[in-house]
Amino acid sequence: MFSKYLDTVIVLQMQFMLLFSRQGKLRLQKWYVAHPDKLKKKITRELITTILARKPKMCSFLEWRDLKIVYKRYASLYFCCAIEQEDNELLTLEVIHRYVELLDKYFGSVCELDIIFNFEKAYFILDELLLGGEIQETSKKTILKAIAAQDLLQEFDLM
Amino acid sequence: MNASEHGFNPAFNMATIKQAVNEAIERVRMPTPMRLRDLIRQIRAARTAAEERSVVNKECAYIRSTFREEDSVWRCRNIAKLLYIHMLGYPAHFGQLECLKLIASSRFTDKRIGYLGAMLLLDERQDVHLLITNCLKNDLNSTTQFVVGLALCTLGAIASPEMARDLAGEVERLMKSPNAYIRKKAALCAFRIIKRVPELMEIFLPATRSLLSEKNHGVLITGVTLITEMCENSPDTLNHFKKIVPNLVRILKNLILAGYSPDHDVSGVSDPFLQVKILKLLRVLGRNDADASEAMNDILAQVATNTETSKNVGNTILYETVLSIMDIKSEGGLRVLAVNILGRFLLNNDKNIRYVALNTLLRTVHVDTSAVQRHRSTILECLKDPDISIRKRAMELSFALVNTQNIRTMMKELITFLEKADPEFKAQCSSNIVMSAERFAPNKRWHLDTLLKVLIGAGNYVRDDVISSTIQLISESTNQQSYMTLQLYKALSEDLMDKQPLTQVAVWAIGEYGDQLLQASIEDDSGCTPPAEEQVIELYQKLLWSPQNSTTTKQYALMSLTKLSTRFTSTNNKIQQIISSFCSSLHIELQQRGVEFSQFFGKYSHLRPSLLERMPPMEIVRQSGDTHTNGDIESEVKSPEESPQHVNNDSNALLDLLLVDFEGTTPTPQPAATTTTTTTSNKVDLLDLFNEMDNIDTPALQTLPSMDTTNLGLIVENNNGSLPIVINQNSNFIGGDLLSNTKTVNEKDVPTITAYDKDGLKMCFSLDKVADSNTLTINVVATNQTLSPMTDFLFQAAVPKTFQLQMMSPSGTVMGPNGQITQVLRVTNPNKTV
Repeated sequence: MFSKYLDTVIVLQMQFMLLFSRQGKLRLQKWYVAHPDKLKKKITRELITTILARKPKMCSFLEWRDLKIVYKRYASLYFCCAIEQEDNELLTLEVIHRYVELLDKYFGSVCELDIIFNFEKAYFILDELLLGGEIQETSKKTILKAIAAQDLLQEFDLM
Repeated sequence: MNASEHGFNPAFNMATIKQAVNEAIERVRMPTPMRLRDLIRQIRAARTAAEERSVVNKECAYIRSTFREEDSVWRCRNIAKLLYIHMLGYPAHFGQLECLKLIASSRFTDKRIGYLGAMLLLDERQDVHLLITNCLKNDLNSTTQFVVGLALCTLGAIASPEMARDLAGEVERLMKSPNAYIRKKAALCAFRIIKRVPELMEIFLPATRSLLSEKNHGVLITGVTLITEMCENSPDTLNHFKKIVPNLVRILKNLILAGYSPDHDVSGVSDPFLQVKILKLLRVLGRNDADASEAMNDILAQVATNTETSKNVGNTILYETVLSIMDIKSEGGLRVLAVNILGRFLLNNDKNIRYVALNTLLRTVHVDTSAVQRHRSTILECLKDPDISIRKRAMELSFALVNTQNIRTMMKELITFLEKADPEFKAQCSSNIVMSAERFAPNKRWHLDTLLKVLIGAGNYVRDDVISSTIQLISESTNQQSYMTLQLYKALSEDLMDKQPLTQVAVWAIGEYGDQLLQASIEDDSGCTPPAEEQVIELYQKLLWSPQNSTTTKQYALMSLTKLSTRFTSTNNKIQQIISSFCSSLHIELQQRGVEFSQFFGKYSHLRPSLLERMPPMEIVRQSGDTHTNGDIESEVKSPEESPQHVNNDSNALLDLLLVDFEGTTPTPQPAATTTTTTTSNKVDLLDLFNEMDNIDTPALQTLPSMDTTNLGLIVENNNGSLPIVINQNSNFIGGDLLSNTKTVNEKDVPTITAYDKDGLKMCFSLDKVADSNTLTINVVATNQTLSPMTDFLFQAAVPKTFQLQMMSPSGTVMGPNGQITQVLRVTNPNKTV
């Protein structure tokens, strides 16, 4: 089932990013490759089970099918990215960390509930950090400024 | 049932509700739909999955109804709710068109949620793309930078080939925008478009170069990403961008030397993201290019020595630097530095760093095996790591390090690993052990012992061919048979439980060499006494009636038992009894054997001894036993210490030299040809070789698609007479088309080619196209068909510059009479996308 789609998949630095809770509930999903919904669900389900089964002291990398999974747990939330075999796993950890820092700055010591209730904001922030699976901005300040400016634009809508 | 519930049901009209519940009136009057926040609360409050489902279904029904009513006031809120519901795993496709309507709205809030919905609900497989292409086109021309940003972001996420074609022009225009926020997004959009439709690269080329002269890190990093993609896309572009190496070096230097800049600092390192991307691009540009590599040597050394390594960021950059150093034509000193960095990584406390080290060593092991060998003990230590990711890498790396010198110690560790390994490792590990043992076994006894340990250690995870190759090896090694049979008997009697491969091999050997088993001398093994006939028969009885054994195993056992009747003397009655009891077996295969073999004990018993005679030694691959040596002078064997490294360097130089000669179309390398006059008859005659070339077009080769433009040069070097043999075919060989054109070459059609067969040296290539990849594996088997040994065998190959060649270490350098050397080559065509 999976391999059938793989030949049509374009090679990207990052194929998808998932955020899920300790209880296995999906909190955010960003796909940079086109998969049918059914396949996305299957991948998500399998990955969540596999990662939750790993012990905390194990390394952050997991070879899963043809992909390399990089994940890291922050409090009750797991951040998980799928990258190519050839990619720099350590850099992916930095990208995840950068995202967490941004969420933290935006929400002010972010917790899982912030992301649940403001999931759209979490997506907006991610979209300012990554585009098409690649890093688009390395300055935290620039990203937060862009988000704030857009939030302000939304305020104008209400007036 | 609360009142709000009624409000969501379109079947209720106002009047009904007013009558029904007084309390509800207030809420029903308000047309405001439930807020996202409240929906999330409600869903979270659900105690069971069924309860959650009912909340969601109710809300979905309501949302659908508002969509039908074209309610544009609350569309945004409803889509937001739908997106949350979608994340929970419920279907939400009915919202796709509504997303497009939101995008078309003039309010920024609507656009923001609409584009988010488009990215989540549509992907490039959807049909609504025509509609969205128009929306995107409008917004790409917006005057608000954030609207343009949203459109670019969406295009980057869901661009289909059609959308890419339609909007490439807009994106190119935006790449030249004076606004950095738009420029960086447009650059990544272009990156994504090229990924989808490589032909569109041309139009982005002019605008790309200027991205590198930016100060803004966002534009820089996206520019570098885009250029990397373009370079990997086409060799011409790669050459075009060779001239930016100095620019990149300068940017990287500024990054390292620049003082603290709070904006881009990550625990003391200045913009690691940008550094890594530049290092990666340098790697692409420096690969197979001495000049470009030369230009980046210094900066790589600087990064490798100056990077702070106490944090993950520092190691991230070092890791990328090591990859670049190993991939380009860097200086020897730099390579030593790189391998040392990996050595330090291996000893790091951080598991992630250790994993990365193993991974990189595996990728670089072919470049410099001896450097990696130094870390062997650490790598073997990693086999015991509790983490499966690390164990897997360590196992693969260990097998890459096995050679003739260390096979005994390595195998000891690997067999211990095999015994304790998880089931998922056992198959891979056992077949790798078998392969390594075949290549490097110091002697037959050791080889057989190893196979036995694999059969015991891997249980039922052994691949089937291991059974047959073990049997073949036992049959072939005539002086080890009684030892081996006794060992197998011992293993079998100790552990009858469910190890089908072991049981099959054991009963085959016992059946074949039963008489030797009884007389096996004790000196052959410590403290193991040969069994009595009755014990053996008892064991067979257990085997045949055990429900755990497969029918195939029982078939082996029945056959073996029948054979034993001619090897054993006192137990024939018992054997006959057992066999005849199978005449009524419920399983048809066993019954057939029971009936047939019973005939040997009745009417046709006079035929039995001759029918069941021992099988002649099975010699399939090697033709062993030829001890005739001729007292040839060439039998002196070069000591292994006489650095293969040195030989390699020499011949690499030679290779380069020859390659220059080969650029022409006619393969007549003059320097090599002059040496041929001095060769003796049993050495290889170079000129004849070239005459032979035209004849190599065997029918097998003609099944390959035509490959006239590319060629693979092969150089076989025999250091004894310092005589290089050059095979270079301009006609047809394992050329580029095989790699670039998978459609025409089915893996099964790829033949085994006799690449060279002259003066007793025969070289066969079996090709193996790895499915879904751009790599071709060539298994080279060189056979010495003369009666005298060949020493210092060195096989070299060259491929066109656009390909990558990876040569695994050969199984040895000396071929005895009828000896063999195997070597694996991997040819990769990086330009072919899978």
